[in-house]
Amino acid sequence: MSGSRHAELGRFIDRSQPRSFTFDGQRIAGFAGDTLASALLANGVHILGRSFKYHRPRGLWGMGADEPNAIFDVRLGQEHRPNQRATTTLLEDAMVVTSVNANPNAAKDRFRLMDRLHRFLPAGFYYKTFMALDWIRYEPMIRRMAGLGRVDPGYAPPADVPHLVAVCDLLIVGAGPSGLAAAHAAAQSGRAVWLVDDAAQLGGSLHRRGGQIDGADWTAFADATRYAVLNAGGRILCNTTVWGAFDHNVFSAWVRRLDGPDQHMRIRAAEVVVATGAIERPLWFANNDLPGVMSCEAALEFLQCYGALPGQRILIATANDASYTVASALAKAGAEVTLVDQRHDAPDADDITQIKSGILTAAKGKTHVQSAVVNGQDIPCDAIFCSGGYTPTVHLWCQSGGKLDWDADQDALVPRPGTSSLKPIGAAAGQFGLKAALATGHALFGNGNGPETDAVTPRAQAPVRPDPNLPGRQWIDMQNDVTLKDVGLAAREGFTSVEHLKRYTTLGMATDQGRTSNFAGLAAMAAVTGRTIPETGTTTYRPPFEPVPLSVIAGRRRGDLFNPLKRLSLEAAHCDMGARFREYGGWLRPAVYGVGAEADLAQKEAKIARDIAGIFDASPLGKLEVIGTGAGKLLDFTGYMRMSTLKPGRARYGFMLAESGIVYDDGVVLRLDENRFIVSASSSHVDGVRARLEDARQDRIGHRHVYIHDVTQGLVTLTVTGPKTLDVIAGAGIDLPDLPHMGVVETPLDGHFLRVARISFTGDRSYELTVPGRNAEGLRARLDASLKNAGGKWIGLEAVMILRAEKGFILIGKDTDGNTMPHDLGWVGPMNKRDDEYLGKRALFTPEGQSETRRQWVGLRVTGDAVPETGSHLIPTDGPRRSLGFITSSYFSPNLGRPIALALLENGRALVGTTVGCFNDGSVRNVEVVDACAFDPDWSRLNG
Amino acid sequence: MQQFPCPFCGLRNETEFHFAFEAGHPRPEPAKDVSDAEWAKYLYLHKAPKGKSSEIWLHLTCHEYFILHRDTVTREVLSCDVLPGAEA
Amino acid sequence: MQHYSAFSLARHALSHHKNWQSAWRKADPKPRYDAVIIGGGGHGLSTAYYLAKNHGMKRVAVLERGWIGGGNTGRNTTAVRSNYFYPESVALYDLSLRLYEGLSKELNYNIMLSQRGMLIAAHTPIQMEICNRIANAMQLNGVDGRLMTAAEAEEKAPLVNKSKGARYKCMGGIWQDRAGTARHDAVAWGYARAASAMGIDIIENCEVTEVFTSSGAVAGVETTRGKIQTERLGVAAAGATPGLVQMVGGDLPIHNYDLQAFVSEPVKPCLDTVLLYLGTGTYVSQSDKGELVIGGGLDRVPTHGQKGNLPTQETVISGLLEMFPAFAQLKLLRQWAGVVDVVPDSSPVIGPVGPEGMFVNCGWGTGGFKAIPAGGYLLAHLLATGEHHDISRPFDLNRFAQGRLIDEAAGSGIAH
Repeated sequence: MSGSRHAELGRFIDRSQPRSFTFDGQRIAGFAGDTLASALLANGVHILGRSFKYHRPRGLWGMGADEPNAIFDVRLGQEHRPNQRATTTLLEDAMVVTSVNANPNAAKDRFRLMDRLHRFLPAGFYYKTFMALDWIRYEPMIRRMAGLGRVDPGYAPPADVPHLVAVCDLLIVGAGPSGLAAAHAAAQSGRAVWLVDDAAQLGGSLHRRGGQIDGADWTAFADATRYAVLNAGGRILCNTTVWGAFDHNVFSAWVRRLDGPDQHMRIRAAEVVVATGAIERPLWFANNDLPGVMSCEAALEFLQCYGALPGQRILIATANDASYTVASALAKAGAEVTLVDQRHDAPDADDITQIKSGILTAAKGKTHVQSAVVNGQDIPCDAIFCSGGYTPTVHLWCQSGGKLDWDADQDALVPRPGTSSLKPIGAAAGQFGLKAALATGHALFGNGNGPETDAVTPRAQAPVRPDPNLPGRQWIDMQNDVTLKDVGLAAREGFTSVEHLKRYTTLGMATDQGRTSNFAGLAAMAAVTGRTIPETGTTTYRPPFEPVPLSVIAGRRRGDLFNPLKRLSLEAAHCDMGARFREYGGWLRPAVYGVGAEADLAQKEAKIARDIAGIFDASPLGKLEVIGTGAGKLLDFTGYMRMSTLKPGRARYGFMLAESGIVYDDGVVLRLDENRFIVSASSSHVDGVRARLEDARQDRIGHRHVYIHDVTQGLVTLTVTGPKTLDVIAGAGIDLPDLPHMGVVETPLDGHFLRVARISFTGDRSYELTVPGRNAEGLRARLDASLKNAGGKWIGLEAVMILRAEKGFILIGKDTDGNTMPHDLGWVGPMNKRDDEYLGKRALFTPEGQSETRRQWVGLRVTGDAVPETGSHLIPTDGPRRSLGFITSSYFSPNLGRPIALALLENGRALVGTTVGCFNDGSVRNVEVVDACAFDPDWSRLNG
Repeated sequence: MQQFPCPFCGLRNETEFHFAFEAGHPRPEPAKDVSDAEWAKYLYLHKAPKGKSSEIWLHLTCHEYFILHRDTVTREVLSCDVLPGAEA
Repeated sequence: MQHYSAFSLARHALSHHKNWQSAWRKADPKPRYDAVIIGGGGHGLSTAYYLAKNHGMKRVAVLERGWIGGGNTGRNTTAVRSNYFYPESVALYDLSLRLYEGLSKELNYNIMLSQRGMLIAAHTPIQMEICNRIANAMQLNGVDGRLMTAAEAEEKAPLVNKSKGARYKCMGGIWQDRAGTARHDAVAWGYARAASAMGIDIIENCEVTEVFTSSGAVAGVETTRGKIQTERLGVAAAGATPGLVQMVGGDLPIHNYDLQAFVSEPVKPCLDTVLLYLGTGTYVSQSDKGELVIGGGLDRVPTHGQKGNLPTQETVISGLLEMFPAFAQLKLLRQWAGVVDVVPDSSPVIGPVGPEGMFVNCGWGTGGFKAIPAGGYLLAHLLATGEHHDISRPFDLNRFAQGRLIDEAAGSGIAH
C-alpha cells in the first residue's frame, strides 16, 4: 500500500509544526499532533513489526489500545520505553523508534523463515515436545525468541507519579456522543460531573464520524457540554484512562500529562456512567494479518483526524451499514473504493463500486496487500479495510460485577440490567449509532427531548463468523499468532471451555488484551464446536482496562518513602557525634560511632562501656502508659508475670504471651503510683502489644476502668551504663535520688520531668533517663560533656548487642522464635504457680507445651578465637545428623576475650556441661553447652 | 479500597483496620477446665463463612475493637456494633 | 494415550493435526465409584493420578465445579521450591520437587519445569543470620540450599536496585539451585491426561452440593449432575474446602484471603531467577514468554470473592520497582486474584476429618502450586490405605489440639 497525506483533512495535526523521528533507522517526517502510527501510515511504511511466533510481517490494524501489531521501543533522550503502541504514542521530535521482535529490522527480519515451519508449530506444540532433555536446556533459545521490546538496564524512570484520592458524585467514563449527552443533561440539572476520556479531546467517535447535533456541527454540542460541566462545578479529564473498577465504588485512573509527571487517581464515585463505546471486530479470511488489512474505523480515524490516507485502491469488506460512511469518506478523499458487503440486501452505496453478497475469502500479497479474493475473483487493491461488527466495551461493567447477555439483534454480548450499579449507555450498552447514543445518554439525567440529530438509526448489520471450512490461515489473535486452525485443534483436544482455549492457545493474552481476539476466539470456538456464542461462554474482565505503567501504580512509594523508617529525635546530634546508622526493627539507629571497621568499633565501645561508662539512645523502646483502677488487673491478664503485686516506684521484668503460649514480647513494667503503670515494649512490637492490651481492656476489664496511652514517640530515653555511671550522671548536674535496682522515680529537670529507672540490659549498673522530646538535647548535652570527662563513650546498638549477650539476655525475635515459650527461657514460676487466667496460659499445657524435647535457652563455649556463625545448627556429636537447635546470637566478647554464643537447644538445660556438634555450611566443630550468662555470673557488677 | 464503619470514628479506608477474629467465640476458662480440643477449637477453628459474616475488627487509629457485619463474597458492609459493654 | 514427541508432532503435521485426540475424556458421572475426589485443580488431579498409578485404584472420579485447573492452579505465580526450615516441611516440599523433576517424562507432557534457582534476599545482618539458619537447616535435611553473598546475588539478578537511595539493599540471602518455575496449566492438564488414560473419570461442571453419611461413614455426594455413591471421599478444593467439611459438621482452621498476581507486558530476557525480597515482600520471575510474573502479600480483608484490590496492588508494584528501578519502564498487563485457604501456621492440613472415609488436602495458603505432586501423592495414600504416609502425618488436623504447629514464619522468621 502507499501512504499519503490528504491536503486538508486532519483535525488533530498542526501542519505549521513539522516533527521527525526515526523508525528502524529510517527518518520519518510528521507533524505535531501525529501519533507514530499516523506518521508512519502517511509515509507509506507498511511493515511495522513481526509476529510473535511465525515472524510474519505485520502492519497497523487499529487506532488505540486495540492495536496488536505496531508495538515499538521508543527512546527519547535518556528516556526509554519498551512496548509502546504506535497508535497511542504522540510523535515527539528526535524520537528513536525501533520495531520489536525483529532482527535487524521489521522489513528484513532474520527469522522470517519461521513462517515456513508453521505446520510444526501449532498451538501448544511445546506441551508435546522438548521432553528429551530437561526443559531448561531448550529454554534459553525460546526465551531469546520470545518477549517484545527490551528493558534498558541503565534507565530508571523517576518515582514522581503522585497518587491522588478523589471523591465525586457522578463519574462519566467516555466523552463520545453518549457520554457528552449524559454529561450535558446531568450538568444542566445541576450535578457536578466528572467527565473522563482517554483521548486528548472530547468527542470520541464524533471526531472521525462527524455529525450534526441540534442543527449544528457536533463540536458546538461538545463545547456546550464542556461549558455546562465546568459551570456546574464538574471536571473534565482528558488523556485519562479509567482502568479499574474496585470494591466500594473505587475507580482507578491513569492521567497522562504533557507538562508534568503522570498521575494515579483513586476516584470514589457515588454514581458511574459507562460510555466507553464499542470496538470494531475484524473479519476472518486467509492472510487477514497482512499489512494493509485494517479496521474500517481506524482507517476513517487516520483519514479524518490525521489526514493520513493508507492506500489508493481500497477494498472495504463489511456486513454492516457503519462501514458505508467510511467508504464514502475515503472516496471523497480521492481513493478508489470497492465496497464488498456480505449481505444480499445491503443498502445501495451511491457512486461507489459495490459488490453485494460478496464474501472476502483471502488477501494476497507477500509483504503487503496486493489483491483480495472476493467470491472467487481477484480484485487488485493496496489496502483492505474490514468490519466484522462491533463489540461493546464492557470492561468496567464486568469488573464491577456486571453480567452479560447475548443480544442477537445487536449481535453482541451486552450488559444485563440489574447486575451492576454502573449505568451503561450508547454503544457500550449495545445501542449503536449516534441517535441511540445521544438518546440513551440524555435519558439518564435529562427531561423531555434530548439533543436532536439527523443521523439514521438503527444501523443494520448481519452477523459475521469465522468459517472453519475456508482454506488458508485465518488469524484470530494477531499478536500471539493464533489461527482458526489452532482453535480447531484446541477443540479437538478438549480445550473447549473458553478459559481453557485462552490458556492453551494464548489467545487474547497479548498486550492488546484480546480486544480484537476475544470475540473472535469465542465465535471461532462456537463455530468449530457447533455451539452458540452464549453456550460457549465469555472470559472474565479484570483490571487493567489497558496496560498501565508500573511507575503509575507504584507512585512515589520508593526509597525513603517505601516503608518509611522511624527516626530518633536526636538523630542530628548522633550524626554530629559520628554515628553510623542502620535499621533496627523499623528504626534508624546508631550502629556504631566513629571511623573504621564497624566490628572493631563495636568491640571498642563494648569494652569501654564495661571498663568506664557508655551511653546509648534507647528511645525506640515502647512506652505504653496504662492508667486507672483496673490497670493492675489488666496487666495481670496480659502478662505472664503478675504486675498487680508490684510496689509503686518499682519495676519488674515480664513477658507478654500470645494465646498460643509463645513469648510475644518482653520488657520491664514500671509502676509509678497505685493506678499508673508504664509498659515497655520491643521497638518493633509497640503496636502489637498495644493491640493486645486494648483487647483485654475492652473485652475483660471495661473501658471505664483503665486507659492506655502510647507515649513512645514523645519521649527520649538515654541509658547510662557501666561502673562510672554514677559519676557521669552526677557530672551532668543531675541530682540522682538513691534508687535500688529496679527502682523508678520522676524528678524535675530543666523545667520538665526526668524519669529515672534503674534497669539494666547490660548487667552493669545502669540508669534509663527519660525526658520529653523537647528537653532531649539539653539532657544529651549535659551527659555528653560529663561522659567525655569520665573517659566513657557513646555506644551504638552493635555494642549493646554484645553487652546483653555477655549476660545471656534475650532479644525477642532474634533469640526467640515463634515456638519459644516462657519456660523454655527458664521462667517456670508463673506457669507452675499462677491460678488466675492470663494470656497464653492454656496453650502452655498442651502436649507440645509440656514436651520434653522443647528447645531451651543455653549458652555455648568454644575453644579458639573463631566465633561460631549465628544460624549454625547444633547436632549430635555422633549418630545421624539432625538439628537439635541453632545459634541465635554469637559475638566475640571483648570483656571475656573469647567468643560467646547463645542458642535454643533441644532439652538444652539438661545438656549443660556436655558437648554438641555445631554445623555450618557443611563444616562441624564441637561446642560445650553452658549457662547462658557468660559474664559476671554472680551479678556483682549490678551494684558496682 | 473498601471502606468500613468504625462505630467511634465513622467510615474509613480498609487500610486503617485489622481483622481480629470471627465474632461469637467466648474464651473458654478457667484453663484447667478446658480440654486441648476445646482450646484448639477456640483458638484455631473457624467458620470462614461464604456470604454473611460477623467479625471483630480493630480500628488501628483509635484502637477500638468492634463488630462488623459484612458479606465476604460481595464485600457489602451490612452494619457495625460496639462490643458489649462499650459506648460509641 | 497418544504419545507426544517431536516425531509425533511432525507426523500429525502431515495430517494437519486433524487426528489429535482429546487430552482427557469428557466423562459423565457414574452412579458409584471406589473413591471420589472433590476439586479438579492440580491437587485433585494428581491425587487421581497417584491413586491409579501407586494404588491401582481406577474406579475413581474427580469432580470439578467449573473447568479443570481453573482455581488456584491456574492463578499462581508458578514458583516451585523446597527452601523450608522444619524437617517436616522439607520432607513434604522436597518430595514434591523431586516428583516435579521427573514429571514431564512421567506424564509425557511438558510441564516446562525451569530450575533456574531462587533467591530469598536479605537486607540486614540480622536477616542474613536468619537466612544462614534456614540454609543450614536445609542442608541438614538433605536439600540443596546455601547462603548466597551479595556479589553472587547481583550476578543472578543484575538489575537489582544498587542505588544509594535504595530502601532495601540486597545483601545476599538463601539460594536454592533446584527451585524455579513450572507451567501451571500444564501441570493440571498433564495429570488430567495421564489419569484419564488410566481410566479415571474427570467430570467438569459438576458441583458437590451435599455430602451423605451413613452411620458415621461417608456414603456419597449429591452433585449438580446427580447423586454419586462412594465410601472414600477426598477433598482438595482449596477455599471451598471449609464449606464442604461444614456439610458434615466439621470446622477447619482456615481463613480465606485473596492473593493477587500480576503480569507485565513481555520483554526480552532481563531476569533469570526467581527473587523474593524480604523487605518488600514482593517476588518476581520472568516467564518464557517474557512477561514478569509478580506476587506479594495477601489482601487485608478475608474474602471468598476472587477480586484483587487496589491498595495491595500499589504495595506490591511499588515493592517491585524498589527492587528493580528499571522495571518502571514496563506496564502492567494483567492482574488476577485467587482465594487462598490460610491456616494459622501456614502449613497444610492433610488427613482425615469428619466421617470415616473423608480426607482433606487443604490449607496450602499461598504455596499450593509447588506442592501439587506431593499433595496428590499423600492424599492418594490416605484414600487408598486409610492411613497416613509418614510425610503427611505431622500435617494432620490433630496438631492444633496438641499445640504442635509447623509454623515456618515462626521458626525461621520468614513467611512462606
